[in-house]
Amino acid sequence: KSKELPEHLKAYRHVWVFIELEHGRVHSVSWELLGEARKLADTLKVDVAGVVLGPAGEGTDQAVAEAFHYGADQVYLVEDPLLTNYRTDPFTKALTDLVNTHKPEILMLGASTLGRDLAGALATTLATGLTADCTELAIDGTSRALAATRPTFGGSLLCTIMTLAARPQMATVRPRVMSMPEPDRSRAGPVIRERLDMVEEDIVTKVLDFIPDADTNQAQLAFADIVVAGGLGLQRPENVQLVKDLAEVLGAEYGCSRPLIQKGWMTADRQIGQTGKTIRPRLYIAAGISGAIQHRVGSEGADRILAINTDPNAPIFDFAHHGIVGDALEILPALTEAFRARLAVDRLAG
Amino acid sequence: MSQGLTMVVCIKQVPDSAQIRVHPVTNTIMRQGVPTIINPYDLFALEQALALRDQLGGTVTVLTMGPQMAETSLRKAMGHGADRAILLTDRFFAGSDTLATSFALSAAIGKINAETPVDVVFTGKQTIDGDTAQVGPGIARRMGLNQLTYVSAIPAIDKAAGEITAHRRAEGGVQVLKTKLPCLVTMLEGTNELRRGSLPDVLRAERAEITTWNAKDAGIEDVTKCGLKGSPTKVSKVFAPKPRSERAAMIEGADATPAAIAAAAVETLVAADPALPGVITRPSALA
Ligand SMILES: Cc1cc2nc3c(=O)[nH]c(=O)nc-3n(C[C@H](O)[C@H](O)[C@H](O)COP(=O)(O)OP(=O)(O)OC[C@H]3O[C@@H](n4cnc5c(N)ncnc54)[C@H](O)[C@@H]3O)c2cc1C
Ligand SMILES: Cc1cc2nc3c(=O)[nH]c(=O)nc-3n(C[C@H](O)[C@H](O)[C@H](O)COP(=O)(O)OP(=O)(O)OC[C@H]3O[C@@H](n4cnc5c(N)ncnc54)[C@H](O)[C@@H]3O)c2cc1C
Repeated sequence: KSKELPEHLKAYRHVWVFIELEHGRVHSVSWELLGEARKLADTLKVDVAGVVLGPAGEGTDQAVAEAFHYGADQVYLVEDPLLTNYRTDPFTKALTDLVNTHKPEILMLGASTLGRDLAGALATTLATGLTADCTELAIDGTSRALAATRPTFGGSLLCTIMTLAARPQMATVRPRVMSMPEPDRSRAGPVIRERLDMVEEDIVTKVLDFIPDADTNQAQLAFADIVVAGGLGLQRPENVQLVKDLAEVLGAEYGCSRPLIQKGWMTADRQIGQTGKTIRPRLYIAAGISGAIQHRVGSEGADRILAINTDPNAPIFDFAHHGIVGDALEILPALTEAFRARLAVDRLAG
Repeated sequence: MSQGLTMVVCIKQVPDSAQIRVHPVTNTIMRQGVPTIINPYDLFALEQALALRDQLGGTVTVLTMGPQMAETSLRKAMGHGADRAILLTDRFFAGSDTLATSFALSAAIGKINAETPVDVVFTGKQTIDGDTAQVGPGIARRMGLNQLTYVSAIPAIDKAAGEITAHRRAEGGVQVLKTKLPCLVTMLEGTNELRRGSLPDVLRAERAEITTWNAKDAGIEDVTKCGLKGSPTKVSKVFAPKPRSERAAMIEGADATPAAIAAAAVETLVAADPALPGVITRPSALA
């Protein structure tokens, strides 16, 4: 079977990254993707482009400038007040038009709530392949196709997926899976502007309000760098405070296993696991959690796991990197103190 | 105009991930004997639809695309109170990626819509096997439905005015969106708890007639848009991640006091990830 790309798809060239700009700020996953795009583009000997959609103004200007710093060779820009708050329709239209006009071979987006909403809609209008939540991207030597590797079945399997007979090849990638490139503040390049060609009346969905999370409100567990969680080993509802205290010192999010939700010790948005949140922090501290498979699949993507459990045979020690066999009710406050002391030393040292 | 809301809830039957094993030699999924469940995320969509029916009246149809045995999941959903179940099954659907899946499901929803106009299509946020979260937006685009993803609440829905207000979980906050019916909602997890089925519902579900449609029944003429043929993505290999070779390294500390163990733990974590103190950002923590 020939791996040659159909003639009409050969015009598709270059690697694009959608720069996720919301409320005047760029999501860090976009810069991580530009770093990755650079590597893919260098292998393919093509350019990297950033795509910025937003209203005219300082935030958008800054996003364009920084896209170059993080590795873009050029930026496609659609500036329009209708692109101020994210809505599926105008964003899908802007990107669909850009892709159809300028024909990239690869298009990557962050696997954020915005990125997944947009990517799913876009891949359908473009009738192309979209690989979700990739953890590794490479170029297949023989077909020149994007070989996108992703975990499935909650991380118990990996698969490599390719889109051979459609373009662009689309992929989403979770925050912090790819490393952050060093910005080069001297870089700049050409900006290609296109128009949205839509009026407000064309857009059925209206944004009535945006309610920012209060710190204590909706947990941003999925995106937290550090997560501290407790399980039934905490024994009494008031001991949940020990988890919160450690989280506070670490600037971390806190969470729990499912039984604590069922007992009402924490709110449902704090549940980690198969039917709760999947977390992917740099550090996960799990206290009094046995490590049932449903909990494991939501937490084992953490770079580093420290488990505290009285039972040396608890299953959590099978996938944690570090373990403490001990009473969480004693170890948690001691850790809070030890981190507080350590941070004070670091701060004095400057 | 019909009374109440006509709702379709898409559910997928998935292997219970807790019991998935990978063949150590061939690296393939060993599905034999693995129990199947309704994708847990879809239960939140089902409950939301049932709650809206309690509130405003109407009907809840559950729809799945899958093999014949997916009937079990449809019966379960009916046992929780769904009015009607449709199984979309055909050999042409085998090997569907999300583009092909949303194509087939859209055709079936289109057929339901031709009988009674559909007001809201619900899906879960994502599945626990494919885990892409792409099928909902795919259906919305194909059918021209207004797309509401990651919905945590539906504070208002007005059939007469054809309007819906929804809370959508976004980065750093909640978007309050208002749009027109018909729409597609992907429901966020943890937003409700599925009701237990009543005894009459459970008995009815056991005996219920499950409507079974093949591609032709669903009005699909071009089967090249289905299954493996209609799927632009190709799985080139499936493999098990490298198993972690060691169990957790135990931290013991100079003596067995909690303070000594904690101090040793902090040293170990910082040595393993020297940038960690820099990640600890919240200044109030240092006060
Ligand atoms: C369909 C389904 C979906 C599920 N989804 C999820 C999910 O998303 N997330 C989830 O977490 N669970 C989920 N579960 C539940 C899961 O199977 C486990 O029951 C649950 O994770 C156990 O919680 P736990 O570890 O807190 O409690 P337990 O399993 O009871 O473990 C308590 C642990 O604490 C230890 N301990 C006791 N005292 C102390 C002490 N003083 N100090 C330190 N350690 C102590 C014990 O040794 C034990 O290991 C799901 C189950 C099903 C069937
Ligand atoms: C290992 C593996 C990796 C895969 N990776 C990809 C990939 O990267 N890209 C890709 O396009 N496809 C991929 N697929 C194929 C994909 O899983 C199937 O297309 C599947 O039919 C739907 O996708 P999903 O499970 O990701 O559903 P999601 O999009 O996560 O599901 C969202 C919601 O859609 C509804 N839904 C989904 N499937 C059905 C159904 N069959 N019947 C009724 N309702 C349904 C449910 O309400 C569900 O909650 C992969 C499959 C496997 C086994």
